[in-house]
Amino acid sequence: MSANVPKRFELEIPIACDKELEATKVAERVAQEMQFGPDCVAEIKLALIEGIINAFEHSGSAIQKVLVEFAIHDEELEVVVQDFGQGFDASSKPNVRPLQRRGYGRVLMESLMDEVKYFTSPQGTRLVMKKRRPKCA
Amino acid sequence: MSEVFKVTARQAGKFIVIAVEGYINNLAGEKVLDEFNRWTAEGYRHFVLNLEKTQLVNSIGVSILIEMIEKTQELNGSMAFCCLLPIIAKTFKIMGLTQYARVYETEAEAIAG
Repeated sequence: MSANVPKRFELEIPIACDKELEATKVAERVAQEMQFGPDCVAEIKLALIEGIINAFEHSGSAIQKVLVEFAIHDEELEVVVQDFGQGFDASSKPNVRPLQRRGYGRVLMESLMDEVKYFTSPQGTRLVMKKRRPKCA
Repeated sequence: MSEVFKVTARQAGKFIVIAVEGYINNLAGEKVLDEFNRWTAEGYRHFVLNLEKTQLVNSIGVSILIEMIEKTQELNGSMAFCCLLPIIAKTFKIMGLTQYARVYETEAEAIAG
C-alpha cells in the first residue's frame, strides 16, 4: 500500500443509548496509533460523540443505525458520521448563548476539530470532521 | 449505562461535594441532578462538583449541569467545579459555564472558596 493511500476503518453503530461509546473506543485506538496525545484524543472522542448524538437525536432516520468511518491520512485523521435521516439546513449556523441548555453539539465539534463539514440531503447527512496531526498534547 | 458510573456526595462545611465517576451523558447527568436535588431539598445551596474521575461530559450532560448552576443562582448559592481534565475544562469554557461557576484545580481549593 502506498504511504499516500489512507487506511480506513468503518463501523456500524445502532441508534441506542450509550452506543456512541463503542465508536469512541475505536477512535481512541486510531488516534493513539497516529501519535495524538491524550488531550487531542479526548477532543476527537468528544467531537465524535456529539456527531453521533446529533445523528441519533435529530436525523429523523427510519434506519436505526449510523455509520462511522475513520481514515488515517498522512497529515490528518478524518472522522465521518453518516446517518440516513432527512437532512437539515447546514447553512443555518447555531446561535448559542451562555447557559443555553441545548444546541451546543455543533459548536463543540467545530471548536474541537480543525475542520467540520456537512454533506446533507433528504437521504441523509454525512458529517466529515478532520483533526490534523498533533499540534495539541 | 454500559460503563462504570457512580455518584457520591458528602458534606464539607457549608459545601456539598458531589464526586462523579464515569462518562456524563443524559442518564448519568440525571443521576447527578437527583443527588443535587436531594441536598437542595435539605436546604444546602453551595456545591462543589468533583470530576476527577470523569473523562468526558457530552453536551446533554453539560445542559444538566447548567440546570444545577441555575438552581444554585435561584437559591443564592454557588456551584464550583474541581479536578477537571483539560477536555472538560475546554468543554465548559466553550459552553460558557465558566462565566457562572468557578473552576478549581483541587477539591481543597474549591472548599476553601
